[in-house]
Amino acid sequence: MNPFASIGRGTIGMLSEIGRFSAFAGRAIAAVFSPPLFLGQFLRQCWQIGYLSLPVIGITAVFIGAALALNIYVGGARFNAEQFVPNIVVLGITRELGPVLAGLMLAGRVSAGIAAEIGTMRVTEQIDAMTTLSTDPFRYLIAPRVLAATLTLPVLVLVADIIGVMGGYLVAVNSLDFNGATYLRNTFDFVEAQDVILGLVKAGVFGFIIAAMGAYQGYHSSGGALGVGRATTNAVVGSIVLILAVNYLITAFFVE
Amino acid sequence: MAAKLELVGIKKMLRGRQVLDGVDIDVNERRSLVIIGGSGQGKSVTLKCPLGLMKPDAGQVLVDGADVTRMPPEIRQRVMRKFGMLFQGGALFDSLSVWENIAFRLINADKVSRADARERAIEAMRKVRLSPDFADVRPIELSGGMQKRAGLARAIIAKPDILFFDEPTTGLDPITADAINDLIVEMVKELGCAAVSITHDMASARKIADEIAMLHNGKIVWRGPTASLDTSGNSMVDQFVAGRAEGPIQAVV
Ligand SMILES: Nc1ncnc2c1ncn2[C@@H]1O[C@H](COP(=O)(O)OP(=O)(O)OP(=O)(O)O)[C@@H](O)[C@H]1O
Ligand SMILES: [Mg+2]
Repeated sequence: MNPFASIGRGTIGMLSEIGRFSAFAGRAIAAVFSPPLFLGQFLRQCWQIGYLSLPVIGITAVFIGAALALNIYVGGARFNAEQFVPNIVVLGITRELGPVLAGLMLAGRVSAGIAAEIGTMRVTEQIDAMTTLSTDPFRYLIAPRVLAATLTLPVLVLVADIIGVMGGYLVAVNSLDFNGATYLRNTFDFVEAQDVILGLVKAGVFGFIIAAMGAYQGYHSSGGALGVGRATTNAVVGSIVLILAVNYLITAFFVE
Repeated sequence: MAAKLELVGIKKMLRGRQVLDGVDIDVNERRSLVIIGGSGQGKSVTLKCPLGLMKPDAGQVLVDGADVTRMPPEIRQRVMRKFGMLFQGGALFDSLSVWENIAFRLINADKVSRADARERAIEAMRKVRLSPDFADVRPIELSGGMQKRAGLARAIIAKPDILFFDEPTTGLDPITADAINDLIVEMVKELGCAAVSITHDMASARKIADEIAMLHNGKIVWRGPTASLDTSGNSMVDQFVAGRAEGPIQAVV
């Protein structure tokens, strides 16, 4: 086996996959902006994707905030900069860890769920049936999920920001001898609107990636339960890779 | 007068195999055509092409004489409303209740209010002899025969001009199967539609068909009135009807 040939084949395969996904995402966006909007489906997805993800997001955020505070304290102590714990915690959470970790957690919860549901509908011909009932699956199934994820993820990340800062606060006050009032003042004096906005922009984009990737993998699944399983795995891996890559690009763009 | 539905020279290649190699069929209003043929011969694909679920590589799909494959999407969508389809596996939406399944098209495509849609769904359930007590359960809780009835109700609720049935009796006991056959005959007569059914159940074929066509190796190899099935003079049809492993058709197991 020629290693160059297989690398080349892999690269071409990946590029064409990216192309197909982009075309699918474009179709999903077009469906969001062309009536009818299935409001009932949209609200149900907001509940499913947004509200029911709160526990996962809250638990992730509080532990990450707490661990971050400890690490920054230890690191800061090496050059007598322990007092910067609140500043760096809030910066790290709002700009990076809040959106990225929320995105990764929801790649597991939401992207996999969407891929499994739409994939099952595909292999049991429910999607074909919908088409014969004069209803466009892109509008009925995909647009509500994509829109709900894009709009609810920023809200979830805002909650994660607050809970994450709180996690850091709890550790700082209870085990690192920080004064509570000073800690909070430093947090709020330091954080800027653009830090939070960067995080929320990322969250919206990640929400879109999560839903669109799940829908894409499910929509194109074939071959029974095995195919649905493969679609689910691909949705999780695909959205994680894409989230991390896009996260870097958005950060770089904002730092410019 | 042009046939209600006519397929002309439909070709479709799937996974490097020429599944359909120039299929021609036509069916008029108030007529019922049954397509028979072995597993994997492309019977389901033959129905998916006119429905727009698959794009034929070549050929025409004429509805009332107009080729739907060359229509702009908006007009094609309007023509597609004339079709109703009962899927091989039922394909009921498992996240919706039975009545929401049956009324899906009314609620989501025709913008009928939920109250009216429910009423019409229950009327359709009565028509296919599915007790309205099942209106609010999930399709998963229905037996196979009841799922077929629900699928049938969903296919006929908008009074289509063209009805497709993909293996309506497969997996049912003979008595339930016969009840479904009766329903199909009744619905086709009542709606006055053109019906195309697929089956390998010969009892079912004899009951619901005015005409029978046999699909083999991507082509219609024989076609004739139901009464002439036993005197077709075609060795492949004879073998299929008698259910023999030996003959011109090789069973691939
Ligand atoms: N979506 C698809 N993608 C690729 N190949 C397909 C697809 N659908 C069907 N085929 C192939 O086309 C051929 C015909 O399939 P089809 O479902 O039409 O058979 P059938 O005559 O309906 O058989 P059965 O009686 O078992 O339902 C099969 O070889 C199948 O593998
Ligand atoms: Mg079939």
